[in-house]
Amino acid sequence: MKNNLPGILVGSLIFFCAPGFAIVPVPAPEQSEPIAITGAIIHVGNGAVIGDGIITFDDGVITAVGSAMDAIDLSGHRVIDLQGQHVYPGFVLPNTTLGLVEVENIRSTQDIIEEGDINASVRAAIAYNTDSELIPTLRFNGILTAQITPQGGLVTGLSSVMKLDGWNWEDTMLVADDAMHLNWPTLRSRDFNEETEQFETTDNEEYAGQVQVLNSLFQNASTYNGAPINLNLLAMQGLFNGMVRLYLHANDAKEIIAGVQFARRYGVRQIVLVGGREALQVKDLLLANSIPVIYEGVHALPEQEWHDVDASFRMPFLLHEAGLKVGIGGGATELQSQRNLPFFAGTAAAYGLDRETALSLITRNNAEILGVADRVGTIETGKDATLFVSIGDALDMRTSQVQQAFIQGRQIDLYGTQQELYERFDEKYSQPERD
Amino acid sequence: MSPTRISLLLIGTLLTFAGSAQETVTPNGIEDVRLNAIAITGVTLYQPDGQYLENAVVLMREGRIVSISDNPAVPDDYFVVDLAGRYLYPGLIDAYTEYGIPAIEPPVTTGNAERLDGPQQALNTKETIRAHFRASLEFAHDEETRKNLRDLGFSTVLSLRADGIARGTSALVTLGDESANESVLVPDVAAHFSFSRGTTHQSLPSSPMGAVALLRQTYLDAQWFAQQNPRPFTDESLEALLRTGSLPQIMEVETWQQALTADRVGDEFLTQYILKVGNDAYQQAQLIEDTDAVLIVPVNFPAAPEVSDALDADELSFADLKHWELAAYNLRLLNEQGVEFAITSHGAGKDFWKNMRAAVAKGLPEQVAVDALTRIPAQLLNMENRIGQLQSGALANLLISSGPLFAEDTRLLENWIRGERFVLDASIDGRSGQYQLVVGSDNYNFELDFDKGKVKASLVSTEEGVDEIDVTLELTEDLISFSFAEPDIDGLVRLNGWPLDAGWQGTGLDQSGAPVAWQLTYVQPLVPDAAAVAEIDMTLPAPVLHPFEAFGRETIPVSQDMVIRNATVWTNEDAGTLITDVLVRDGRIAAVGTGLRAGDALEIDATGKHLTPGIIDEHSHIALTSINESATNSSMVRMRDVLDSEDVNIYRNLAGGVTAAQLLHGSANPIGGQSAIIKMKWGMAPEALLIEDAPPFIKFALGENVKRSTNPASIRYPQTRMGVEQVFVDAFSQAREYGRRWDDYNSLSAAAKRSTTPPRRDLVNETMLEILNKERYVTSHSYVQSEINMLMTVAESFDFNINTFTHILEGYKVADKMAEHGAGGSTFADWWGYKWEVRYAIPYNAALMHQAGVVVAINSDDAEMSRRLNQEAAKIIKYGDLSEIDALKLVTLNPAILLHLDHRMGSIREGKDADLVLWSDHPLSVYAVPETTWIEGVPYYDRQSDQSLREMVGVERARIMAKIAAADSGGNDNSGNGEEEPAHEE
Repeated sequence: MKNNLPGILVGSLIFFCAPGFAIVPVPAPEQSEPIAITGAIIHVGNGAVIGDGIITFDDGVITAVGSAMDAIDLSGHRVIDLQGQHVYPGFVLPNTTLGLVEVENIRSTQDIIEEGDINASVRAAIAYNTDSELIPTLRFNGILTAQITPQGGLVTGLSSVMKLDGWNWEDTMLVADDAMHLNWPTLRSRDFNEETEQFETTDNEEYAGQVQVLNSLFQNASTYNGAPINLNLLAMQGLFNGMVRLYLHANDAKEIIAGVQFARRYGVRQIVLVGGREALQVKDLLLANSIPVIYEGVHALPEQEWHDVDASFRMPFLLHEAGLKVGIGGGATELQSQRNLPFFAGTAAAYGLDRETALSLITRNNAEILGVADRVGTIETGKDATLFVSIGDALDMRTSQVQQAFIQGRQIDLYGTQQELYERFDEKYSQPERD
Repeated sequence: MSPTRISLLLIGTLLTFAGSAQETVTPNGIEDVRLNAIAITGVTLYQPDGQYLENAVVLMREGRIVSISDNPAVPDDYFVVDLAGRYLYPGLIDAYTEYGIPAIEPPVTTGNAERLDGPQQALNTKETIRAHFRASLEFAHDEETRKNLRDLGFSTVLSLRADGIARGTSALVTLGDESANESVLVPDVAAHFSFSRGTTHQSLPSSPMGAVALLRQTYLDAQWFAQQNPRPFTDESLEALLRTGSLPQIMEVETWQQALTADRVGDEFLTQYILKVGNDAYQQAQLIEDTDAVLIVPVNFPAAPEVSDALDADELSFADLKHWELAAYNLRLLNEQGVEFAITSHGAGKDFWKNMRAAVAKGLPEQVAVDALTRIPAQLLNMENRIGQLQSGALANLLISSGPLFAEDTRLLENWIRGERFVLDASIDGRSGQYQLVVGSDNYNFELDFDKGKVKASLVSTEEGVDEIDVTLELTEDLISFSFAEPDIDGLVRLNGWPLDAGWQGTGLDQSGAPVAWQLTYVQPLVPDAAAVAEIDMTLPAPVLHPFEAFGRETIPVSQDMVIRNATVWTNEDAGTLITDVLVRDGRIAAVGTGLRAGDALEIDATGKHLTPGIIDEHSHIALTSINESATNSSMVRMRDVLDSEDVNIYRNLAGGVTAAQLLHGSANPIGGQSAIIKMKWGMAPEALLIEDAPPFIKFALGENVKRSTNPASIRYPQTRMGVEQVFVDAFSQAREYGRRWDDYNSLSAAAKRSTTPPRRDLVNETMLEILNKERYVTSHSYVQSEINMLMTVAESFDFNINTFTHILEGYKVADKMAEHGAGGSTFADWWGYKWEVRYAIPYNAALMHQAGVVVAINSDDAEMSRRLNQEAAKIIKYGDLSEIDALKLVTLNPAILLHLDHRMGSIREGKDADLVLWSDHPLSVYAVPETTWIEGVPYYDRQSDQSLREMVGVERARIMAKIAAADSGGNDNSGNGEEEPAHEE
C-alpha cells in the first residue's frame, strides 16, 4: 500500500478510469458541515506548535484552535483524527507567474510580459488560468495561496493574491490587485554569452534614461487628478493612498538604495523588496523604512565565487537575525520548481533558522507581506480554514506527505496529472509479466 | 665620465646609413654602395654569461658584426663611434608580434542560420585551417608600429597573423628602414597554431574542444594526404602543413590549462610546441615545466581593479585580486621552476619596460631576462647564428642603454639594426656632473643633471648662507644658455656660451646688464642617488594557491588513515544501514565493523552522525571551460580537453557531499563529445581529477535541443526526430564501413601494405566504432518515449546497448523496455514543464523506472542542484515511496553502477575507495549538512577548515585591496599597470 498518495483518491480514480486525460481536478465544493481535526501536531505558522491539537472550522473559517486539554466543543463536527500527523497553514507563494504560462519556451502559452516598459494598468488576475496543469503540483506540496504577478519592463502591472482552487479567476480571488510591481533598472547586467560560453558583466548604459522614465511617470502619477484619462496613472493611485503596495524588485545593493529612495520620494506608502540578494548590505535602510524582504535565492549559487559556499542557504537566517521581516519566495527559480517552496524554507532551517521560524517565513510572514494575514498564513481562530495535513515534517522532502488540504474549508483534490500518470504506470508495471 | 668625449658621440648621431644595397634594384641615378664600417668603442658590453666587458670595441661592417674585443686598436678603415660609459646589449628579439600583417576582414553576419560551407578556393574545407598562409606574402612595413617596436629596443621581430587554428607561417623581420625585401630575414620562420577559431564565416568548430579535435583531425588528414601520389584532390592547406612541419611550431594558448591540453596534442603527433602562453603560467609552474615546452611569455599585467567602492568591489573575484598581486612574479616563478622562456612585448605595449623592470625587481634575474629577449628567441627560431648574440658574423643589431638594462633609471639610447643607427633618446646625459661656475668674480657650485631625459641645473654660491638656486637652462650639442636669479638681488644673470673639452665658457650680462665673462668647469660626477638602487625582495607577498581561487590552499590536504567510529553507516551493501566503525587506510576502506583496532590511525568520533558513500553526479557540466561543440556529430571532441580544475563549483560540490561526477558534453547535437569522469580533488591538476580507470563514455542527445527548436533560422540537419534517427543510423553505418576498411587493410601482408595507402584515420568514425565495439558507453539525453524507443532500436540493430538515458523524463512510460534493453536511467527528481517535451515529465519517474527494474540515478545537470543531490534523492521517497536505502543509492551506488565504477565507488565496503561523507543528520533530510567529505581518504572539504578558508579569503581580499588603494593614492603600483583588463570569472 502506498502511503504517499493523498488519502482521498476515490474521486480521482474515476478520472483515471475515464477516457479523459490531463484534465485538472474539479474545484472543491463549499464546506458543507463543521469539521474538527484532532490528534494533530499543529504548526501555527507564527512559531508556535501545539501538540495533540484540535482545529475546528465551519463555513470556511476557523472556529477554534487548541490542544486536547482545551475544552473545544466538537459536537456536530465531522471529526478527522490525525493520530499525530502534522497540520500546517497553507503555504503562501509570493511573486509567481503561476497560471500565466503553461510551457515556458512556447510563446503562445505565455501571458506574462506585456509590451512596453510601463504597464501599470495591466492585471495579472484576468489572465490567471485556473486550469493550468501546474497548479495541482504546487498544492501537492502544501502551497495553497499565491500572488500571481506579471513580469517585464519597468512597471510590470498589478498582481493579485489567489486561492489555488476554483472554477475561474473570479472565484479564486483572495485580494484583487494587491500590488504594483516595479523592476528597478539594473546598473549592470551579467549575461551568459553563448559565443564565448562565459558570463559577462556589462554596464547598463540606459540606466539613467530608465530612471528618468520612472521619474516622469511617478511625477505625473503622484499629482494626477483624473484628467485626462490615463489608465496607467489611474492604476497607480493606490500606491499613494496605501491601498496598493509597491513591490520593488531589486537584488543589487545600490539598486535597492536607489529604488527605496525613489519610492519614498514619491510618497509610496507601502514598499516590499523582492529578490533582495544584497538586502543584508543595506539592512539599516530597510529597517528604518520598515520594508520587508521577500528573499528568492535560497536554492541559488552564491552570488560571487568567493562568497561562502552556503551563503544563499544562510541568507534568510541572516536577514531574520538583522531584524528584518523576511519571507521566502520562489521567483528566482523556474516556475515549475516553485513547488519546492517548503524545501527552500527547510534548507534555510538547516543553515541557521530554527524550524518553526523557517516555517513562518513561508506562512505568516509571506501572508503579512502580501497583506492577507487576516485571512491566511496562520492557524488561528477567525482566519480562513486554509490548511493542510502532512504525515511528516512538510519542510523536509524526506517526510513531506501531504494528505489532505482545505482552502476556506473546502477540501480540495490533491490529485493532478502527475499523480494520474503515476497511477497509470504503477498499474502497468504491477501487472503480471505478459509474454 | 667626463664631458670630453661628447663631441664624438654627437657626430655619430648625425650619420645616416643607406644600408646594404639590394643588388637586383635598378637605381634611379648612380650606384651608391657603402660598407658602413663602424667601430663602437668604450662601451660596457653584455656577455652571454651575464658578465660585462668593459671598454669593449665592436667592429661592424655591411650590417654585420666583424668582431667583439677589448682591443682599443681600431683599424683605419672603421669610423669610430665612442660610446664610453654606455651599456651595449644584443639587439632585442620579439618572437610574437603581428607587425606589418593586415588583419582578416570580419565576415558579414547573416542571421542565426548555421554556415557550414567551406572556402571557395582549393584550400582546406575548414576555413580556420589556414596553414597555407604565409606572412611574408602579406608583410608590408607599418611605420608607426615599427617605430614603437624600435623604441622598445627590438631590432628583430617575428610577424604572424594570429588568426585561426592553423595559422600558417610567420616571417622574421628586422626593423630597419630597408625595403621589405631586405627586412624579411626569413620568410617562413615558424608555423603557428591556436585553439581559437578566429575570423571565419563558418559555424564550426564552435568551441575550444572542437578546435582541439579539428587540429588533431587535420594532422591525421595531412599524414594520409602525404601518402598519396598523385593526391586524391588538391588541398593547399594540407600541403602547406606538410611543408612547414619541420619549422618551429608555435602554439598560442590563453591559459595554463590550455597549455597542458596543447602539449598533450603535441605529444600525440610527435610535436613539441613552443607555447605562447598568457601571464598566468606561474599558477601551475610545475605542470608547465613538465611539458618540456619553451614558452613565449608576455609581460602584460592586469590593471589594478577598482576597489574604492566597497559595494562594487564585492564583485571582484578573489582570483583576479591575487593575480593582480602576483602577475609580476610570473617570470620569476617560471624561472625558479626551470622553465625556459622568451619574452614578448605582445599585450604589454608601452608598459613593456615598466613591467620588465617590475619583473626583475620581483626577482627575475637580469641574465635570464636578457636571454629571454635575445638568445632564447633566436634559438627558438633556429637563428642563433644571426641574431640574439654579439658574435662575429651576426647581424649588427645592438641596443645601447645608459646603464644596466633593467635598472630603474636606465634609458634606452640607441638601437642599431643591421648596422643602421636609430637614436631613441637624444638627451645628452654624458655631461651631467658637478661643475665649478665662475661668473666674473663670483664662484658657484653648479650641478647639471639629466634626470628622466630632461636637463636640470641648480647652483649654490660658495659664499656662506646662500641656498640652492634653480637655473633656467637650454642646452644643445653646440650651445648653452642659462640664467638665474640670486636671492636679495633684483634681476637675472643671463649667460651664453660654447663647449670646451671639459665644460663651457662664454659671455653674458649680470643683474645690472653689465657684460660679464664666465666659465663652467667639470669637477666630478654627481653623487648617485642611493635610493635608485631598487632592492629585490625575494619573498612572495602571498603564496600561490591551488586552485588559484577562493578556498584554494597552499598545500593540498593528504590522505589520512583514520577510523570513523559509531556513525550510522549507510553501507549500500547487504549489511544495510547500521551503527558501526569504518577504518580507512591508504585511501581505501580497510574494514567495516564494530570495535575495529585502528593502531595509530586518526580516531574520529562520529556518534550521532551519518556516514555515506560520496555522492556521484552522473550528469554535470561543472569544471569545464566549454560545454557544447555544434557539429551534428561531435564524437571527436573530448571534454577532458577543457577540464577546469579551478572552478569553485568543485568545492561547492564537495560541500554538498559530491565526490565524483561525469562531466558531459552539452545537448546541442545528436552525437556529442566524449565525457570526462572526475573526482572532486580540489586543488589537483586537471588531468589528476580524471578517474584513471573510468571507462570511456560519450554523450548523445535527442529531441528539441538537437532539432535546434529554439532557433527558427536553423538549417542544420536534423530538424525533426525523423532526421535524428537517420543521423544515428548513418553514423553507425559509416563507422562499420570504416571499421571494415581498416580490417581489410590490417589483414594485408606487410608487402601489400607497403603498396597500399592506409585508410584515412577519422576521429568521428573511430569514436563511433568504439561504441559499436562496446569499448565506449553511451549516455543519451532523452525526453519522450518515441525517441527513447528509437534509440534503443537503433542500438540493438547495431548490436550494442545504450548504457544510460539521462534526463529520461518519460522513461516511466517505457521503463519495461529500458529494463529489457539493459539501459539505466539518470533523471531529475522533479524537473518538468520548461519545454514541450517535458510536459508529461513526472516526479514519480525515478520510482517507476526503479519499479520496472531499471538502474536509476538522480543527477543534477546544474551546478546549484548538484550540491543538494541528497535532497533530490529524498524527493523520490515523497514521489513514489522509495525506501530510504534505495533513495540514497540513487545518488551513490546507482550512478557508480551506471558509470561502471561500482567496483571502487558507491558503497562502503572493504577495498573500495574511501570516498565518504560525514553528515550532521539523516543524509536524506533537508536538515542534513555535510561535515567532512573525503576522497580516497583525503578530507578535501571539512566544515572546520572551511571556516578558516573563509577567513583567509576575507583577510586576503582586504589586504590586497588595501594594497591597491595605497598604490592608487600615489604609492608604488605593486604589479605594474598593463593594458589588460581584469579577466572575468567562469
